[in-house]
Amino acid sequence: MSAQASPVPLSAVATHPGAFGNIVAIGKRELGGYFASPVAYIFIVIFLLLAGFFTFNVGGFFERGEATLESFFLWHPWLYLFLVPAVGMRLWSEERRLGTIELLLTMPVTPWQAIVGKFVASWLFLAIGLVLTFPLVLTVGYLGHPDLGAIFCGYLGSFLMAGAYLAVSCMTSALTRNQVVSFILSVVVCLFLILAGWPPVTNMLVQWARPWLVDFVAAFSVMPHFDSFRRGVVDSRDLVFFLSLITFSLFTTGVIIRSHRAG
Amino acid sequence: MIKVENLVKAFGAKLAVNGVSFTVERGEVLGFLGPNGAGKSTTMRMITGFIPPTSGRVTVGGFDIIENPIPAKRLIGYLPENAPAYTDMTVLGFLSFAAELRGLRGDEKKRAISRAVDMCFLEAVLHQSVETLSKGYRHRTCFAQAVIHDPEVLIMDEPTDGLDPNQKYEIRSLIRQMGEKKAIVFSTHILEEVDAACSRAIIIDRGQIVANGTPQELRQRSEIAGAVTLRVQGVPAGTVTQKLQSLPTQRKSTLIGQPDGEVIARAFPAANARNGELEASLYELAVREHWKLIELRTEEGRLDEVFRRITQPDTKRASKDSSP
Repeated sequence: MSAQASPVPLSAVATHPGAFGNIVAIGKRELGGYFASPVAYIFIVIFLLLAGFFTFNVGGFFERGEATLESFFLWHPWLYLFLVPAVGMRLWSEERRLGTIELLLTMPVTPWQAIVGKFVASWLFLAIGLVLTFPLVLTVGYLGHPDLGAIFCGYLGSFLMAGAYLAVSCMTSALTRNQVVSFILSVVVCLFLILAGWPPVTNMLVQWARPWLVDFVAAFSVMPHFDSFRRGVVDSRDLVFFLSLITFSLFTTGVIIRSHRAG
Repeated sequence: MIKVENLVKAFGAKLAVNGVSFTVERGEVLGFLGPNGAGKSTTMRMITGFIPPTSGRVTVGGFDIIENPIPAKRLIGYLPENAPAYTDMTVLGFLSFAAELRGLRGDEKKRAISRAVDMCFLEAVLHQSVETLSKGYRHRTCFAQAVIHDPEVLIMDEPTDGLDPNQKYEIRSLIRQMGEKKAIVFSTHILEEVDAACSRAIIIDRGQIVANGTPQELRQRSEIAGAVTLRVQGVPAGTVTQKLQSLPTQRKSTLIGQPDGEVIARAFPAANARNGELEASLYELAVREHWKLIELRTEEGRLDEVFRRITQPDTKRASKDSSP
């Protein structure tokens, strides 16, 4: 090995890229990581196949006789229940297993830059999967005169819901270096988020619980919030719900990571 | 460049690091020695800001690693234990990622990468995935990451662990070269590395510094430092030790062995003996007695002996703890 003398130390010429530059660098690596392994392709293929199966075979897309994507979006909370934790489970548990978390967090980046960078990259990856369902939009456009605004709302809601699930997976993956444990924990939490406001569950609760308790539990659910998007309504309360769920989960991720380091 | 003051780290009730203080200036290479579990890695993790100390303070280049972590971390290059790297990336991708987090872009990034690649001989595996690399290459990839921004402070946790003798030699000479302009701390439990690369060494045991000095100073703490070893031929061993013990310049003389008709004995200098006086008197003795002198050597002291004497192995520790 040979040490070459460089006239000016590189640490002196380096420009400091700031928060955004760091987030982009971390996000780029994360997104590249998905496509470097078969995970990305398997995920996208399975997502598209299942989305198609539920829309046409289970949801009765053609039998409805309407030019809407209702039957498509209807299944997203359930589809994401397994697919999103599969994408998010590696986010931090892999870093801990490989020991690269020690590299990442001793770089001149703050923990929240790392958390946001990794989260945004995975969210973008989910968005790619979602965008690839565009032939469905073309199909309804060919068959009838769909309300494009409603379809856009559906996509927005689906994207936000995927983000909320993903933030939960991010949080559970910070808890353990075992990806399987991370996956299962995340599925359980997401299942709660679905069931808490699902009519069959709320109807059961109504039998014995006080209305405010039913409302309180249901308020944690993604279902009513996603439903309004699905119907083509963008309500600021729904936006706030998803965004605060994401913020809370990412914040908790930060707390978990800090507590690991504190030993 | 690095200032460590009264560093303490408790994991539950156990004190992993207990009151460690030292400074490292530019141009110094500090070797960090100690048995496994002595607190070497924990100390390095606190210096690099990976884990916060329970109490105490670390400043790097004047920046407190807890209160002002980003400017402090910019100055540091860090090679963690076991040389972790993202296995799904290529070597080039990994180094490019490290360079970007160090704030290098465009041409500067390219130059930094090619400099690090040359330095660590990674040209052959540049487009290979980290997963498929041999241990030596993976180690060097992580090393390249640590020096990619030509840092002023370099912290390395067992940089030669798992390398073959040639690679060990390369890393050591690289550390020595870089040490002329940087402040370097590296941990090891290979004692010869201290001589090969360090300007100063610290021995740490059970979380505390038990020795701090240049390799020469540490060696002088050895029991045999300053003793003179004598090798003669054709004399009965009893005679040699008897004559040696009658010298006023020694306080103790022992027989080391008698291979093939030779006698090897060692004399320890008396407290009032001047420098070189013992050797001179031994030489005169051998001439006077017409001994066939093969070797007369002053011992410098041995690091491994010092190390063993001031750090205690786990087994001894346990038996000592259980005694009343």
